[in-house]
Amino acid sequence: MKLLQVNTPVPKDIPLDLPLPEWLLVILLVVSFLLHIIFINLMVGGSIITLWAQIKGLKNKEYDIFAHEIAKTITVNKSIAVVLGVAPLLSINTLYTIYFYSANALTGFVWIMIIPLVTIAFLLTYLHKYTWKNLEKNKHIHIAIMGLAVAIFLFIPLIFLTNVNLMMFPEKWGTVKGFVSALVLPNVLPRYFEFLGACIAVTGVFITWYNNRKTYPIDKIYSSFTRYHIKKIGYSIATVGLALQIFFGIIVLFTLPSKGLGYGVISIMAIAGLFLAYALWYCYQSIICPKEDIDLHFKKIAVSILIFMVFYGGSRQMYRHTALEKHQELVTAHTAEFQKLSKEARENPVEETTDLEIDESLGEIAKGSAVFNQYCAACHRTTEKLVGPPITEMASIYATDEAGLKNWIKTPGKKRADYPQMPGFSQLTDDELKELAKYILTFK
Amino acid sequence: MDFPMFHLDWLNDRFLIAVIAILHVFINHGLAVGFIPYITWLEQKGVTNASKDQITDLNWDNLIYKKMKVAFIITTTIGAMTGVGIWFSVALVSPSSIGSLIRVFYWAWFTEWLVFVTEVILILIYFLTWKNSNTSLKAKVRHIKFGWFLSIFSWITMAIIVAILGFMMDPGNWNNEQTLLNGFTNPIYFPQLLFRTPTAMLIGGVFGMLLTTIFTKKGCDIRAKAVKYASKWILVWTPLVIIGAVFYWSVMPSAMKDNMSTAVGSMEFAQYYDLLKYFIIGTASLSVLLALFALMKPKKINFAFVIVPCVLAFGFLGIFERVREFVRKPYVIGNYMYSNLLREEDYPLYKRDGILKHATYTAITEITEENKIEAGRDVFMNLCSRCHTVNPQGVNSITYVFERMYGFGKPLDKNSMAAYIPNMHNGRTYMPPFAGNKKELDALVAYIKQVQQTGESLEGVQTSGVKINPLNSVKSVTEKLEENKDYSED
Ligand code: HEC
Ligand code: HEC
Repeated sequence: MKLLQVNTPVPKDIPLDLPLPEWLLVILLVVSFLLHIIFINLMVGGSIITLWAQIKGLKNKEYDIFAHEIAKTITVNKSIAVVLGVAPLLSINTLYTIYFYSANALTGFVWIMIIPLVTIAFLLTYLHKYTWKNLEKNKHIHIAIMGLAVAIFLFIPLIFLTNVNLMMFPEKWGTVKGFVSALVLPNVLPRYFEFLGACIAVTGVFITWYNNRKTYPIDKIYSSFTRYHIKKIGYSIATVGLALQIFFGIIVLFTLPSKGLGYGVISIMAIAGLFLAYALWYCYQSIICPKEDIDLHFKKIAVSILIFMVFYGGSRQMYRHTALEKHQELVTAHTAEFQKLSKEARENPVEETTDLEIDESLGEIAKGSAVFNQYCAACHRTTEKLVGPPITEMASIYATDEAGLKNWIKTPGKKRADYPQMPGFSQLTDDELKELAKYILTFK
Repeated sequence: MDFPMFHLDWLNDRFLIAVIAILHVFINHGLAVGFIPYITWLEQKGVTNASKDQITDLNWDNLIYKKMKVAFIITTTIGAMTGVGIWFSVALVSPSSIGSLIRVFYWAWFTEWLVFVTEVILILIYFLTWKNSNTSLKAKVRHIKFGWFLSIFSWITMAIIVAILGFMMDPGNWNNEQTLLNGFTNPIYFPQLLFRTPTAMLIGGVFGMLLTTIFTKKGCDIRAKAVKYASKWILVWTPLVIIGAVFYWSVMPSAMKDNMSTAVGSMEFAQYYDLLKYFIIGTASLSVLLALFALMKPKKINFAFVIVPCVLAFGFLGIFERVREFVRKPYVIGNYMYSNLLREEDYPLYKRDGILKHATYTAITEITEENKIEAGRDVFMNLCSRCHTVNPQGVNSITYVFERMYGFGKPLDKNSMAAYIPNMHNGRTYMPPFAGNKKELDALVAYIKQVQQTGESLEGVQTSGVKINPLNSVKSVTEKLEENKDYSED
């Protein structure tokens, strides 16, 4: 059990039950997040590879075609990525309401910038895709469009990682001032680079699969690249990605703040890592093996990466769970405590005798004057205009029409063009109204 | 109270949500719900009007494809991201309300998500296989079927979201039962849906006509033909818009209508509160006029003719959304939570103890002469900042609204303000009642007075960070809980 630091805030939770059992929410979160992240990997990785291939394509035309083919998949994958992101967002919002929203608010400005930035990146990918022919003569501009999109795509995951990291450390909330200070908390950057490795690895595997489909007319599209050639590029990309992922994965493991660590988390992360190493080994084998064996290991690689993702995602959730467990208990207790207080206060309301300050020396009009001071003095003075007309003016208008005065107070109309509308006071009792009218009409 | 307060002191927090939400509704209604069926219908017309030896009229088909391309690009970029953006912005500005709604509406949103996924996959198929489907009649017919499926799914996403919006205005008997079904059976649900559906269709048609004038040459046959179809579409849907609007207006709870005058603009324009009505009638009649004219003289129609009704139609939808957002004030969730994010049921407690004691993020637990201004700022942040800014140049700034009452440029009078604030909800029903105690009221008033003198502004937690209330830190909460345990063990 880890001690919580004293200057850690303990907010109250939303006092409504979770809509489904917690374990089910956790499963939904982990599974839907997995689906989402695969397409995010393809979107980010795809755009990086497109940029790389297109730059290479300046010298070798075949790479330009290759870039174009990948570019076509980005716009599809990005749409799926966004829509698949809604379910994990919904689930994390429900499961960790207090934690997630607090992190969002503390990094609020950059957090909301995700919306315009991603929109721009998406528009750029369409622009890039649909201007391939038109900008044939201006390749540099065309590549710059993709470069800008890639830059944005590289920045966005950093924002997300900063948030899901910050949410686990309520003890840091009091020290954070804006996005940058949350970004430099331990573990964010290693996780980010691990993630980039994953993007490249998953995209590499995807490229191999995409070009292995029988219906995909490689010979019509390329003039010299063959199916074998492109698949080999795919495996090479995957190898680089996996190597990066393993390297930064190890750093992640060593920089994890100890708060949420336990043997369970460590061992699952380590098992996950083994699957990754397995995938890396066979990717490398696929590059160096004889031509006819290139498809031999594909399934092993794809499946082990998938298993890695399940284990890694699971261990992340475990880490989050242990990191927040103690704090959540306090939050729950605090919430219950607050509700109890609220109920007591509701049942024994402090008598709001609207503390009318009655000045008995005024005799007859004492109560009316007090009501006036309470409700009307904010806008009406005795002889000069404030927000509304002075009392003297009221008195002269309603000198002989007490009913009309009462009526106005309850439901005022709109009379004077250069005055705002007066609010109605339907909550006044008949007695209060009578006293009030009496008071006003003494100014005749 | 329980969340760090994000705050935009110039733009105004509500404005942030409004901009994103209205943009989203424009795209969702105008370019998806109302536009896709219109496109599919026209694609189908291309097949039925083609000569015997053709699958479809290729020139015609290409025009419709181009229109669809516009909708495809916009819906899958700005449309999709503003949809997510509503979530993001509401979670920043109004975390307790969205947090509560999610707990009630989880399955509705989850279903919505499944429909969403289907919609996205259908739109990808529909648009990306368009050209390939032109190779055989069978493929083309199947393609058109996809168009109709897509239309249905777009409509369903709207139908679910309207339940949630309707619920936020009038939760029916949710307060007692708090179940999902109540959201759908609430009294505003059907009228709102009946109003939105034809409105979306109308906007889709007008926008479609606008695109025709962009993609075709003036006076050519294909433009005349496309314009005529759009006119028929508009003429069919417009009467339903009017009927829907009347129905919707008639069920809106009367308490909400009282807010109408301020909803439409600001209070100075109170007399324009009929604006929306005229706007609806105006837009509808103008669209009908345009459609009739286009039916008679289709070749005369050009961009300039269509742009005005098109802008008006979007404008009318925008005003409608603004009004919808506003009429539910002072509540975010009717009769449950006020727009200052406090639950109505907790008011007696706040009245007794003050709010700062229960706020998670404030440095002040006891108001003194020295910390009064700082306390006032925290009170403002908790009770007023969701709707008012501090920066004198900001939208709906607090000094502006007070000076408008008491005279511009005159020093504000503390007593008048202190008399006004506890009563403000009576006269200005769009504002929640003041929740704090007497000391907090004085602190708030002192703060507002200082703001008027210094012209300072108020930073949100996204730049200033948070201070933790010692009464709500791990240390004191643990102590309090242990104390209680001792009591109960005795
Ligand atoms: C928020 C500021 C405000 C408050 C509070 C307020 N009034 Fe007014 N009152 C006005 C304004 C503004 C007018 C002028 C309205 C107009 O001419 O349209 C007005 C006008 C009046 C009039 C003149 C009606 C007429 O026929 O010309 C009377 C009488 C009056 N108020 C009584 C009261 C009483 C009694 C109260 C307290 C219960 C009260 N007001 C509280 C702002 C206020
Ligand atoms: C639910 C949102 C909301 C909250 C919360 C809110 N206000 Fe307002 N307030 C408004 C709106 C909207 C207006 C009208 C603006 C206009 O007319 O342009 C307004 C107007 C006012 C006015 C001018 C009223 C008049 O009669 O002209 C004052 C004064 C005021 N607010 C003070 C406050 C104070 C003090 C608080 C916090 C204790 C507060 N408000 C909280 C929404 C809110």
